[in-house]
Amino acid sequence: MEPFKRMSGIVAPLDRSNVDTDAIIPKQFLKSVKRTGFGPNAFDDWRYLDAGGPGMDNSQRRKNPDFVLNQAPFDRATILLARENFGCGSSREHAVWALTDFGFRVVIAPSFADIFFNNSFKNGLLPVVLPEDQVEALFQAVRAEPGLELTVDLAEQVVIRPDGERLGFDVDSFRKHCLLEGLDDIGLTLQHADEIRAYEKRRREEAPWLFEGRGA
Amino acid sequence: MAGKTLYDKLWDAHVVRTEDDGTALLYIDRQLVHEVTSPQAFEGLRLAGRQPWRRDAVLATADHNVPTTDRSKGIADPVSRIQVETLDRNCNEFRIQEFGMADRRQGIVHVVGPEEGFTLPGMTVVCGDSHTSTHGALGALAFGIGTSEVEHVLATQTLLQKKSRSMLVRVDGELGKGVTAKDVVLAIIGEIGTAGGTGYAIEFGGDVLRQLSVEGRMTVCNMAIEAGARAGMVAVDDKTIDYVRGRPFAPRGEHWEAAVEAWRDLHSDPDARFDRTVVLDGSRIEPTVSWGTSPEMVAPVGERVPDPDAESDPVKAEGMRKALAYMGLEPGTPITEIRPDRVFIGSCTNSRIEDLRAAAEVVRGHHVDPGLKQAMVVPGSGLVKQQAEQEGLDRVFTEAGFEWREPGCSMCLAMNADRLEPGERCASTSNRNFEGRQGQGGRTHLVSPAMAAASAIAGHFTDVRAL
Ligand code: SF4
Repeated sequence: MEPFKRMSGIVAPLDRSNVDTDAIIPKQFLKSVKRTGFGPNAFDDWRYLDAGGPGMDNSQRRKNPDFVLNQAPFDRATILLARENFGCGSSREHAVWALTDFGFRVVIAPSFADIFFNNSFKNGLLPVVLPEDQVEALFQAVRAEPGLELTVDLAEQVVIRPDGERLGFDVDSFRKHCLLEGLDDIGLTLQHADEIRAYEKRRREEAPWLFEGRGA
Repeated sequence: MAGKTLYDKLWDAHVVRTEDDGTALLYIDRQLVHEVTSPQAFEGLRLAGRQPWRRDAVLATADHNVPTTDRSKGIADPVSRIQVETLDRNCNEFRIQEFGMADRRQGIVHVVGPEEGFTLPGMTVVCGDSHTSTHGALGALAFGIGTSEVEHVLATQTLLQKKSRSMLVRVDGELGKGVTAKDVVLAIIGEIGTAGGTGYAIEFGGDVLRQLSVEGRMTVCNMAIEAGARAGMVAVDDKTIDYVRGRPFAPRGEHWEAAVEAWRDLHSDPDARFDRTVVLDGSRIEPTVSWGTSPEMVAPVGERVPDPDAESDPVKAEGMRKALAYMGLEPGTPITEIRPDRVFIGSCTNSRIEDLRAAAEVVRGHHVDPGLKQAMVVPGSGLVKQQAEQEGLDRVFTEAGFEWREPGCSMCLAMNADRLEPGERCASTSNRNFEGRQGQGGRTHLVSPAMAAASAIAGHFTDVRAL
């Protein structure tokens, strides 16, 4: 996984709460067996005026001029700003893949759905939780100055506004460590393989029925 | 020291190790796999040269993309076909047990797991699917995960997890006639909101949950995620044990006795403390219909579509306006004047045998309204379908003008050929009424199986209690 340390970029304001993963990447695109290529279909129903499907040439489709990500300079945004409960609904990691493939590295919102939040860390996308009033202030700032850039520093756990104001955020130290270093979770876990085996041995004695998966 | 919650007990029994910041390495007893969220996980294993840690802990079945019409012709959509074939190929290569499309046991993962006794009380259960919370109805810790985590569980049999906070949702009293598990969970979500459970594991309890069958409890736990909670669960009681007994993968003989003894402890201690407790009065819950594009936007069938102008929170009011515009509804419209174009009875929320029985009971001797374009019943698994046919339910449905289909997710998310056309309205027993969920531009109203059946007969939503 690509490490995340510090980045600066344009903020796109997506002024909606409960943005669900069905909206971030509609189901017809989940038929892909790959991890890449979802970017052109991120927010497909909102972004295009015609119905999209896998394998279409998206450059030929009619874009919805009212949708924020179709408007310059937000089409080059790398930070997404949204309202509460971002990423709710389906567990599809494709939603994260679509956002990173579009170019986003950070999503800022007052709250995130749990599975989306987890999936983000596995893919180098940083979900930043800020209090509602700070999010509201950022929306106002972006409206006043489209193209506004923010800096996000994971090591210091701050979002820095152009005027220098620093907005601190929380992140679990273990997740932070993995993301800063770009560590592979599985490799890390397998370093504890002996502990997993010891657990299994103990459980097999306590609860043998957990280890007879085959049907009658 | 305070007693333990059910969640504490399940959690503690599965911790392999804990990092300094509290992140735990949690052992996973069962993983269910379907075709949509697994290909990239298997590909990851292949690229890293890894093998599954424990093959007997994994069960796969295709459900999202499978056709629900005659399967002898295979899958017409080439992209869907590749995905289902990829699952077959991966299960073959990694030697994972799979119920293929031709297997009578094939069905929606969350129907198949409990039905087979593959998911059991006291287990940790995961699947690359947010509705994995369903299995919590058995007194298990069950939650959805992303594809990277699917790969992590395949490779290590564990997951890195932070413990959630605990919430008790207690539904007291008794349900009125015609009020079902689906109405209960819609009422709960209406109460706490779609983000109300975020960061929590919810235990559903109270007299109403005790009265519900295990299948009804699955309906409730299924939608825990719609309240924002990854996991929903219900304490084990005699009903749970009776439900599990004799299922193909359930323990037998001595192991059965030992398992039952252990399962008897799977409830929250009387002095356990929850981070949050929500109490509902079951006798006040009514048959419920969703009117918007989020599962918290619900109303009792006797009421009207609400007015955003009457909402004091401006962000909420704006959300309501967007939802009503999408749904093509005017504030103040009586719910009973809303006319669906299609009726869908199915999905992992409501496609088990009891659901089909409840719907059939309403339908028996009637005919679907001629104004309807389609009414369909999609059983949750091949075995549910077989059982329903033995009981003659298929004939009740077909004689009334319903289509009787093969098992799968179908119009719950419209990844196969079953979908709404833009602007069409559907009375659906599924769990999500998001924009485009059942087809681009499609409009979903979430209801119970009995309410869906009643709307098919009447041609508009109607109070099933009045029939
Ligand atoms: S029935 Fe619907 S909600 Fe359930 S697993 Fe299938 S697509 Fe998901």
